[in-house]
Amino acid sequence: MQKSLLMIPSKCTGCSQCELACSYAKEEAFNAAKSRIKIFDFPEKSRHVPYTCTQCAEAWCMKACPVDAISEDKKTGAKIVSAELCVGCKVCTIACPFGTINYQQDTGKVVKCDLCGGDPECVKICPTEAILYVNADATGDARMREWAAKSDEASDVTPN
Amino acid sequence: MTYVIVGAGPAGVAAAETLAKTAKGSEIILVGGEPEPPYSRMAIPYVLTGSVGEDGTYLRKTENWYEDRNIRYIHGRAESLSTGDSALRLARGEEMKFEKLLISTGARPIKPPVPGLDLEGVHHCWTLEDVRNIKGLTGEGKDVILIGAGFIGSIILEALLESGSNLTVVEAEDRMVPRMMNQVAGNMIKAWCEKKGVTVLTSTRVAGVAQADGGRLEVDLGGNKKTVDLVVVAAGVKPNADFLEGSGIEVEDGILVDNHLKTSADNVYAAGDCAKGPDYSGGWSVHAIQPTAVEHGRIAALNMAGQVTPYKGSLQMNVLDTAGLISTSVGLFDGVEGGEEAEDLNEQRFKYIRLTFKGDYMIGALTLGRTDQVGVLRGLIHTPVSLGPWKQKLMADPAKFVEAYIDRTQVI
Amino acid sequence: MGWTQKILRVNLTKGTCESEPLNMQWANDYLGSRGLATKYFVEETDPKVDPLSPDNKMIFATGPLTGTASPTSGRWTVVCKGALTGAIACSNSGGFFGAEMKNAGWDMIIFEGKSAKPVYLTIENDQAELHDAGDLWGKSVWECESELLKRHGEEGRVASIGQAGESGCLYAAVVNDMDRAAGRSGVGTVMGSKNLKAVFSRGTVGVKVKDPMGFMKATGAAKKILAENAVTGEGLPTYGTQVLMNVINELGALPSHNAADVQFDGAAQIGGEAMHAKRETDGKANLVSNAACFGCPISCQRRSQMDPNHFTVKDREKYHIVSGGLEYEAAWALGAATGVSDLETLTFCNFICNEYGMDPITLGSTVAAAMELYKVGAITDKETGGVSLTFDSPQDLATICEMTGKGEGFGKEIAMGSKRLCEKYGRPELSMTVKGQEFPAYDPRGIQGMGLTYATSNRGACHLRSYTVASEVLGIPEKTDPHVTEGKAGLVKAFQDATALVDASGTCIFTTFALSMEDIAPQINAACEGDWSTERCMEVGERIWNMERVYNNAAGFTGADDTLPQRLLKDAAKTGPAEGLVNKLDEMLPEYYSLRGWSADGVPTSETLGRLGL
Repeated sequence: MQKSLLMIPSKCTGCSQCELACSYAKEEAFNAAKSRIKIFDFPEKSRHVPYTCTQCAEAWCMKACPVDAISEDKKTGAKIVSAELCVGCKVCTIACPFGTINYQQDTGKVVKCDLCGGDPECVKICPTEAILYVNADATGDARMREWAAKSDEASDVTPN
Repeated sequence: MTYVIVGAGPAGVAAAETLAKTAKGSEIILVGGEPEPPYSRMAIPYVLTGSVGEDGTYLRKTENWYEDRNIRYIHGRAESLSTGDSALRLARGEEMKFEKLLISTGARPIKPPVPGLDLEGVHHCWTLEDVRNIKGLTGEGKDVILIGAGFIGSIILEALLESGSNLTVVEAEDRMVPRMMNQVAGNMIKAWCEKKGVTVLTSTRVAGVAQADGGRLEVDLGGNKKTVDLVVVAAGVKPNADFLEGSGIEVEDGILVDNHLKTSADNVYAAGDCAKGPDYSGGWSVHAIQPTAVEHGRIAALNMAGQVTPYKGSLQMNVLDTAGLISTSVGLFDGVEGGEEAEDLNEQRFKYIRLTFKGDYMIGALTLGRTDQVGVLRGLIHTPVSLGPWKQKLMADPAKFVEAYIDRTQVI
Repeated sequence: MGWTQKILRVNLTKGTCESEPLNMQWANDYLGSRGLATKYFVEETDPKVDPLSPDNKMIFATGPLTGTASPTSGRWTVVCKGALTGAIACSNSGGFFGAEMKNAGWDMIIFEGKSAKPVYLTIENDQAELHDAGDLWGKSVWECESELLKRHGEEGRVASIGQAGESGCLYAAVVNDMDRAAGRSGVGTVMGSKNLKAVFSRGTVGVKVKDPMGFMKATGAAKKILAENAVTGEGLPTYGTQVLMNVINELGALPSHNAADVQFDGAAQIGGEAMHAKRETDGKANLVSNAACFGCPISCQRRSQMDPNHFTVKDREKYHIVSGGLEYEAAWALGAATGVSDLETLTFCNFICNEYGMDPITLGSTVAAAMELYKVGAITDKETGGVSLTFDSPQDLATICEMTGKGEGFGKEIAMGSKRLCEKYGRPELSMTVKGQEFPAYDPRGIQGMGLTYATSNRGACHLRSYTVASEVLGIPEKTDPHVTEGKAGLVKAFQDATALVDASGTCIFTTFALSMEDIAPQINAACEGDWSTERCMEVGERIWNMERVYNNAAGFTGADDTLPQRLLKDAAKTGPAEGLVNKLDEMLPEYYSLRGWSADGVPTSETLGRLGL
């Protein structure tokens, strides 16, 4: 059974540790600006949402790539960018309707989440279990809403 | 069943691969018009800069990719089509019989009616061969004129600039990238290019090109003359559909297809840059972009294989890197009557965002100076995502479109 | 590694921004942030300098752990000579600004001189530029920050001053990320005196460490300890620092009514539990959620939203937002000290502090002093311009806090702080200050060690220089009796040195509820060049403390300033477990001097200075 990342916004405190772990794993420096996972803030709701690639079945990025630079890791299902093959044309960055494959101007390549080969750093470092790596069927839309509703209820005004 | 696919760009290759999967046991023939293995024009600028070799442009990198899928890749250019006896005639006289045909012949550059464009030293930048021809004529101290600051022109601009050449860009319309950008964004791209040392002449037409001394060319810019080493013509493209003359297949500014990508002939389909297909934003359009080509190829192939698959319609979307300034445009960025629009402009930082709406939905977007999460614009427009309260928030602060997408598609 | 090894020097008089290499010898001796910035400061400024003159310098500093994956790595520091105190000032803050500045590639920014007209600084990686701030002057922290993010990029971070810093309120704060503040000692006043409105920072350079594997291991171990600890893993996330309100009140150590009392009847209405309770008016709780600063697994931040129909904010939409809510010190100063037990009013006053950029501790304590002056008739409606200043009155509190932020009417006098206010009206003994700075929320009659803490704090009365509450109340690292003085001198010294080191590292002192130096030193060791043993870390802490002391002595302070308000030394606690007790500072101070290696009048001996390489 393939696993996917499951985000639970009600548990996220916005601490950036996931961004730090990701950037160190991928860029060899703590650099939230270059993380593949990004936290979005919703101040009016006092919510933080970790956001990254869902490794979607449609694989918009992979299909749009004109030079075969994106492939699927058979083990994890992750769509992986080959920095060697990527020419930096950015077509994938507009083809992906989730906006989770992004161009880095200093390297001239696109980057995205690759699930760290099946052992995602963001999951390991998250102090509040707001990012889980779970069986893929748990991340289905319905499950996700159910999960979120449940954790919302549980948290109510009691912070995590 | 014999499937012939004429044109081995992204649409043709996607179609061939889809057929190989869905119509197992069939004969699949992919006809390419150029000597190289199927490659991507998107990657051409990067060959020009030298950041990738020619093989870096190849659509598939795995050895024996086509053979392994029983796709027969042959070289040839289509000469004519006879729908009556289901036969495609190639330039070298060979006739190919098919049961189903996909036309994915793409487009070719237009040579405007300007005297002297046939001279040596005048080139397009469209094929790998063009790149080979141009490369030797660029470099430190070389003078280059680029005719046309549309999408293609703007994309190769950086490569020409990077070579160290003194670059002048001539655009007949009043701004850069006129079809992909509005006045504000087009002007900002122009200002950016000028900052990078490019001479940009908008609302300027090239009156003619003449031979000058030392193998150089004299370009007449309507009175003002400039002597250069290279003229690159990027004045637009048109579909490769001339061979359809007399075939009965209807062609306007592209090959007309229905929402199953079938042409006016029953067993002939068209896909990619040569096809005028369903436009998500309404009507029928030629959307000469990579994601549409691939999607066209896949959907056409499914329909050819008997899996009836309607096409939702393509969304016009482009991403452009003009000498380091990245811009995107999606959908109806000019807006529509009765719709609304929101803008946020920071000229000093070369940042711009414009969103257009109709009712509860976003219908178009333009961004300048942003690389992160731009795909979300497609997600919002193409899905489409009902905006609810976010409509007013985006009207006030259009840069928050990712937050809008997340909040409207997830429980947070 | 750890350090970016680069400092930005901004000369506001000349309008120049220049990069210079970090003095690595000093970095090895003083680590970073509080320690290293103070070293630069004391080397470069005259101890007698007027805090508000162009010759005072102000340093924004990060530590080697700032911006890394170390837990609580968001801390940054402002060092200068304090406007309120005239002593060394070192205020640190959390949020995200510090990490952003570090990620832009800077260990420190040294501001010197004074700009002829208001300016702000932008930093985008190695690009630093001063801009005209004429149109921002007069704007609040909230307005200024929003405008700069719009102008220079929403992904950036801003630290700014509000109107209080511009108008010379002596306890103006530097506020970053809308509601995180370098709050104490008037560092924002110094910033304002330089005509510097704000700093915008955006960084994408990245922060590296010496030994990444070792670093992830050391920080991972520390995170595990923080998660499993009852205070950092449960108490602080749930109740924030407000977890303390009822605890300290029950202990009889919650100063109330300008420290006339040591317990407050309304404590339960303004504490952490009250913030969770649903309001009768609209059925919602004051507290919306907790939140984290950069890199923090504890996430003690309060996010609060007021009742939109509360009298302070009715029809004033800008206060209907979710914003930084009450921390314990603010709830105490604005509430217990003034006798006001209306949580919503306190939240409003706290918002005002964030918006105008003020230290809520000094503000609340000064208002409390003014209320006592008013009560005893030392000031009347004539002096206050008709503003009533009655203890326990939410209306009076809200009015005077807002006037102080705006610098209006009697608010201008409140803006002087309680020392100057009480002196002006002939009742200096009513100012609850040490070295000119108001003491915070722990009454030294009920917690003896805090008396020595306040008396010897280098930046004026402060709980964050040696938080003996940890030991005397919470039993960390071991329980001591809050009513006895024995052993407190040693406790204070050890806490002062350890705190100086933690501050210098770029992490948050709250980690030390769970972490010992044995957990922190390995993180520094994996991040920074050289060997950073526990012993070396403690020595660096001690060196920092003595450096600060030497500066203060040179600035004119003496052992005589190591004292407490007479009320704490003479007037016994009236209620609670500490009933009948005063603070017995005189039992602790001589031992403290001796343990420090200082003379009987509080001067570090040459032997001590030599030992520490000072």
